[in-house]
Amino acid sequence: MFYYILRRLTAVVVMLFLITATTFALFFASPLDPARYTCGKNCTTSILEGNRQALGFDQPVYVQYGKFVAGLFVGRDYPDNEQLRKDFPAQIVHCPAPCLGYSTTQHRTINEMVAEAWPISLSIAIGAFTIWMIVGVGGGIIAALNKGKWQDRLIVGAALVGFSLPTFFVGLTLLYFVSIQWGLVPIPSYVPFLESPWRWAQNLILPWITLALFFAASYVRLTRAYMIETMSEDYIRTAKAKGLAPGAVIFRHGLRAAMTPIVTAAGLDLGGLLGGAIITESVFGMHGLGFLAVHSVTYMDLPTIVAMVMIVSSFIVIANMLVDITYGFIDPRVKVA
Amino acid sequence: MADTIAIEARAVAVPIAGRTPWQITKARIQRDKITMVALGAAIFFVALAVLAPALTALGIIDPMNNHTELVGGLGSMPIGPFGGVSLQHWMGVEPGTGRDIFSRVVSGLTVSLTVAMLAVLLSVVIGTIIGIISGTAGGRVDWFFSRITDFVLSFPQTLMLIALSTIVIDVLQLAFNTDRTIPSMVFMILVMGFFGWPYFARIIRGQVLSLKEREFIEAARSLGAKRWRIYFTELLPHLWAPILVYTTLIMPQNIATEAALGFLGVGIQSPTPSFGSILNDSVNYALADPAYFLFPGTTLFLVVLSFNLLGDGLRDALDPKADRQ
Repeated sequence: MFYYILRRLTAVVVMLFLITATTFALFFASPLDPARYTCGKNCTTSILEGNRQALGFDQPVYVQYGKFVAGLFVGRDYPDNEQLRKDFPAQIVHCPAPCLGYSTTQHRTINEMVAEAWPISLSIAIGAFTIWMIVGVGGGIIAALNKGKWQDRLIVGAALVGFSLPTFFVGLTLLYFVSIQWGLVPIPSYVPFLESPWRWAQNLILPWITLALFFAASYVRLTRAYMIETMSEDYIRTAKAKGLAPGAVIFRHGLRAAMTPIVTAAGLDLGGLLGGAIITESVFGMHGLGFLAVHSVTYMDLPTIVAMVMIVSSFIVIANMLVDITYGFIDPRVKVA
Repeated sequence: MADTIAIEARAVAVPIAGRTPWQITKARIQRDKITMVALGAAIFFVALAVLAPALTALGIIDPMNNHTELVGGLGSMPIGPFGGVSLQHWMGVEPGTGRDIFSRVVSGLTVSLTVAMLAVLLSVVIGTIIGIISGTAGGRVDWFFSRITDFVLSFPQTLMLIALSTIVIDVLQLAFNTDRTIPSMVFMILVMGFFGWPYFARIIRGQVLSLKEREFIEAARSLGAKRWRIYFTELLPHLWAPILVYTTLIMPQNIATEAALGFLGVGIQSPTPSFGSILNDSVNYALADPAYFLFPGTTLFLVVLSFNLLGDGLRDALDPKADRQ
């Protein structure tokens, strides 16, 4: 097991290295000039060149990448030019490890921006995750146990509808009717959990439902399929025959076996969501990581775009690894060696 | 009683005939009412998409011309209920320009379905080739392609689509030397197609792994068949079922992705109608004129739903293990 985890960790590090290198190559070796977007309409050549030097865009791409990787481990200082640092010591901005870079449009470190946005994405992800797991897995179990009856048809039908409804359509419709027309909840704006848990939930309920609807739908289908498969196994018949209570048969024998694929999917989906729910955050104006990503694309903030791609793919890769490792614990039949 | 039934049964009995897998599938689909409805709806939408350019040319639908006489007042809002719904304008008209929304949705179908279809095609071609090579070759080749598959899957698709749009559309625009319409469509096709192939590659690889142990492949090999003959003449005909099912299932995802990106202001933009561009225009009026948003949104939902239902039905019908009780 130890060697397995070690091997997976190495694979993750290699993968992250490749992803960062590819992203870097894509965006900094492209015909776009990252410095062009650092100054607005009244841009003079001297400002442009100054910014270019300050952010290190004048150096070759591989040097920039090297500095970026170094910054991830030991942090770095901006401006990214020794002469400028010597000339203007008052302007030095320190970006502590893991330094993600310096935003060309917001003129501060990306770490600060991520630190502000991350709690919002985390809140959205956790609430939505809780709702969709309860509704999705619960619905899937009910559908599987009533296979072919009206409950099954209703749940499966609802799941397909939920799966086919575009997230932004659901979000905007909820926002328009629930929040604006009927005034049931305030127009969402993020309130930190520690400030007021009640208002936190009240403001987040619509984003949660929007996201959960889409995901719950696929969990209903997944859970139903695997529950039907396990519930027709011989050992379930044995468990029923020896007189176990139905609840024990369903949860301890049936669901236990169907759990592996559900946990896999849940881990991967949650991992992807922790990097920000782009559409949902945009619909509700929640300034989380997804919103930050869209914002950085709109304003061509290349360092932030690169940082966002890296953050989100790290979440995906790490979630992948954790799921694989968890496999061995949930399902003893899985051999990891 | 039992005798009469037996006699009647004998009277209508037909000679036992072997049925091809295709006949079995067809019979299964025809028995499935929901899939039949979905099939009808999907054909309807595709037909509408194919006919839209002709309808525009004939003047039956009018997606591009402004009708300022239909809008008025503060902010040029549509005149009439539900965003100006009338007998001539089934989904109302756009605020500001007065363009007919129904016409734009129908024309948008052409653009959206074409982009989604070509993207799926690209995914299928790359995914099938890599899946077949990976599955038959095994060993290092398989390892290499599997890692590439993992690598591509590790990129966040939506985020990459948004991020790459900044670069790729500019590059394409320079290459084609045109406005952004064609480049943004090509961009959507290329990038959605590129991020879609790993799904096909994985499924095809799995199928090939079990197929290659079968006798007919061994027979072909022992007869000295060339590698490409085995790939495309022997293996490919056995792979059409998963390819068809996943094409039908990825297609609505691509339609939804195009729409979602358009909503974010990335990809295909107005005045070219597509679900994405129409919805992006309508978001600005979401509060003042919700009908502008609800009609195209509902149409998008119906299109996606019909393809999803069709894909599900096909999967059930093509799965030999499925019991259809």
